Amino acid sequence: MKTLAVARAVAWRTLHNVFTNPSLLIPSLIFPLFFFTAFAGGLSRVRDVPGFDFAQGYTAFQFVFVLLQSAAFGGVFTGFGIARDFESGFARRLLLAAPHRSGIVLGYGLAALARWLVTAAILTGVAFAVGMKVGGGGVDLYGLYALALILNVAALLWACGVAMRFRTMQAGPVMQMPVFLVLFFAPVYVPLSLLEGWIHTVAVVNPLTRVVEAGRGFLAGTPTEVGPAFGAAVALAVGFLLWAQRGLRKAEAAG
Amino acid sequence: MTVFADQVYLLARRSVVRTVRQPANVIAPLLFPLLLLAVNSGGLKAETRLPGFPTSSFVAFALAVPFIQGALFATMNAGTDLARDIQTGFLSRLSLTPMRRLAVLAGQLGGVVALGLVQAVVYLSAGLIVGVHVAAGLLGILVLLAFAVLVALGFGALGAFAALQTGSGEAVQGLFPAFFVFLFLSSMNIPRNLIEITWFRDVATANPVSYLLECVRSLIITGWDGEALALGFGIAAAITVISLALASWALRVRMAR
Repeated sequence: MKTLAVARAVAWRTLHNVFTNPSLLIPSLIFPLFFFTAFAGGLSRVRDVPGFDFAQGYTAFQFVFVLLQSAAFGGVFTGFGIARDFESGFARRLLLAAPHRSGIVLGYGLAALARWLVTAAILTGVAFAVGMKVGGGGVDLYGLYALALILNVAALLWACGVAMRFRTMQAGPVMQMPVFLVLFFAPVYVPLSLLEGWIHTVAVVNPLTRVVEAGRGFLAGTPTEVGPAFGAAVALAVGFLLWAQRGLRKAEAAG
Repeated sequence: MTVFADQVYLLARRSVVRTVRQPANVIAPLLFPLLLLAVNSGGLKAETRLPGFPTSSFVAFALAVPFIQGALFATMNAGTDLARDIQTGFLSRLSLTPMRRLAVLAGQLGGVVALGLVQAVVYLSAGLIVGVHVAAGLLGILVLLAFAVLVALGFGALGAFAALQTGSGEAVQGLFPAFFVFLFLSSMNIPRNLIEITWFRDVATANPVSYLLECVRSLIITGWDGEALALGFGIAAAITVISLALASWALRVRMAR
């Protein structure tokens, strides 16, 4: 119960900070829309590449990637806030005051989730407004958003672990760069079958490839690789939960 | 003239040393554009199969992007360094000396231009190592390096202007997303004639960054394309002149305070 109370307080404060500060709110809303515009708008001719067979069109194809990307970066952006809290000394006071410190991680996680839900709602609205075609039904779409949600949690826990170890905003690139790379080493612009050479090899072993391909399958109404995708996403979340918890212990030990 | 040259040299040396002493300021502008090049040239290789695509090598097509992206980093570095000089009071102390304003600006931009040149050599070397052939030959490579220096100077001056106007490193950093928008809404990933969505093609056509990219691309893919070179160098020169004028004006205002 005390854990939940701590989580609620941390989540409320984080969300209050984000939604009352345009410099924190706007990038996380604008960037996914911008990537969606740049990829779906600028690269729509890619659908004419021989072998590209996504029936719902390039807008839908890119929507899935950008939705998953927004989920991952929603978690990372919240990680920036954790680092900022350590720099300002707030997090140290929080560690002293919180009766159950695991509630701190939970609170940041809830905030990341709520923050991403707003981004996802806007992104989805824009995608439908520009005529995105959807082949999947309600259950399929729930599958897509569930995958994104797990990815959001995993990215937050990764960033949280980094923030609690380094306790400075200078760790921002350490939080951001691996997430960026893992996302872009998945089949971003074309399906896996059209990738060639080293990027194909990397994409095959990249766990996020399963997530992206399954997400596109959900949107098309032809679910594919559902088990491996959820397995990979949950494994990432569980792995980073341990990473974040150990980070919390290190932050506690640092005083 | 000798005094002026001395002043520029001293500040330029300080600017170069300061840049080199901050590994993050050197490594990030070198590494990040190369990573994006690797990712995009792998992921978008299939695009070369589109009818009308100008080359069979996407790396050759995409190699222009790091040059411009590196210049964006130059903007941030120049602006952030100058903003720090304002915040720490260094610029105020400098204003008490007989140092000329132009020397202050030229010296501050010295490190940015040096880094811009190093970046260009690294990007080009990376391209050549993975098999890119520069169609314009050795002279084309020299022109490419000169263009990279001009673009770094222009964008660096823009960063300096932002720093002098705001006096805040954070505000300068906040410009980065805006510059990124210009990069992504250009012919960065696909030739303009192959962009299908009309409004996107119109935006890319109106976007000066497209012509900077196409200038570099022409030297690598086509050879000597007078129109692409004239547009690229013309726009880069215009950005440089306007940015330097704005930065010079902002410096005068800042030093008068």
